[in-house]
Amino acid sequence: MDQQEIAKSAAMRMRVSQADGTPLYLQLVNQLKYLMASGRLRPGGELPPIRVLAEKLVINPSTVARAYRELEVERLVEKRSTNGTFVAEAESPFAAGEQRRILANRVDALLVEAKQFRVSTLQVIELVQERDSVLMEGEWVK
Amino acid sequence: MTDVIKIEGLTRKFGEKAALQNVSLTLQKGKVLGLIGENGAGKTTLIKHILGLLNAQEGTVRVFGLDPVEDPAGVLGSVGYLAEEDGLPGWMRVHELQRFYQGFYPAWDQRYAEELRERFNIDRRATIKQLSKGQRARVGLMAALAYRPDLLVLDEPSSGLDPIVRREILTSIVRTVAGENRSVLFSSHLLSEVELVADDVAMIRGGEILFCDSLDAVKQSHRRITLRFHSDRTAAPEITDAFGWEGFGQEWTCLFSGHGPTFEANANLAGAEILEQQWLTLDEIFLARSPTEVQHV
Repeated sequence: MDQQEIAKSAAMRMRVSQADGTPLYLQLVNQLKYLMASGRLRPGGELPPIRVLAEKLVINPSTVARAYRELEVERLVEKRSTNGTFVAEAESPFAAGEQRRILANRVDALLVEAKQFRVSTLQVIELVQERDSVLMEGEWVK
Repeated sequence: MTDVIKIEGLTRKFGEKAALQNVSLTLQKGKVLGLIGENGAGKTTLIKHILGLLNAQEGTVRVFGLDPVEDPAGVLGSVGYLAEEDGLPGWMRVHELQRFYQGFYPAWDQRYAEELRERFNIDRRATIKQLSKGQRARVGLMAALAYRPDLLVLDEPSSGLDPIVRREILTSIVRTVAGENRSVLFSSHLLSEVELVADDVAMIRGGEILFCDSLDAVKQSHRRITLRFHSDRTAAPEITDAFGWEGFGQEWTCLFSGHGPTFEANANLAGAEILEQQWLTLDEIFLARSPTEVQHV
């Protein structure tokens, strides 16, 4: 699969839920941001056409259009003359902020768990550094 | 933007009982309007006026700018209608029904009708009365869609149907507005479905329209809000537009319907700050706006 198809299929696997009350367009915006921040949607990748995604998710096409517009305003995606919507090429400060936010959530979860195990923050940092060097050497230890 | 449906000041009485009371409502071209309300609130009566089956006693009803009672051919020729209880002739076979409709609607697209029939997996030789409720709904949907009407009207389309048929109906709504800028009015008590596909929402209760606005605006103006008061409280606070209070001590949660900044100012005046705001689902908004005995659970 080329970059375009990867981007499309990742976006097509999005889900919306009416259970938590968050407006649907915001749910789409958040998920697309997550896909971008996690690298599953790479710069230059094309998002699914509005109509296709709307039919897939069974939601109003204007909701998808609204989500794309929102991302366009934040310069995370760009419209091209061909009518398609693409992940922006430029490294955007928003993407970096989003990455930070996602990482912060993981760190929070890690710290909570460490507290429960009575492991100090200093010990956690040491463990992070240790794991980092292990990963850098390419040795995957279980 | 052109108005496909424009209703102004519509009142309808059956005997002494007002079924519709000063109803005003607009559906713009290319939009999906969800009509929500309890059984007996007046949804079907309203739809009957749009189809020209009932005459407006007071007020005006315009569909494509025409009066549906005076010009039924001009209106109904461009309206696809699916009722909760299908009125399909039970003795007809599916392919006979297609020919029957073809005679009525010059714009009937037989190839599209066949495409829909195959997608819905309906035997063309089956008689209507042999079909299950779900299959009959699919036939009704085929009949409502096959002449590509500019306005699709669905009255409680999901009622009593399984999730697969309901999804097909919703998909049809999405397709109708997606490609060709046609419009949809649908009434439903399944608010999660309305929330998925509607641009605008009209809530009707006791024959009156409580609100008719974009789904977005409706969601913006309803929240669940948690407040922290500067000192302990023994009784629920009173703040304009807030109700359904729950809590104790300094932390209290309410449902809120109105203008956010005004609420925040009022909360500050009452000696509280906003801790948290949550979105409400359309279901929760509906409950919040329903009579008080439902509110205080």
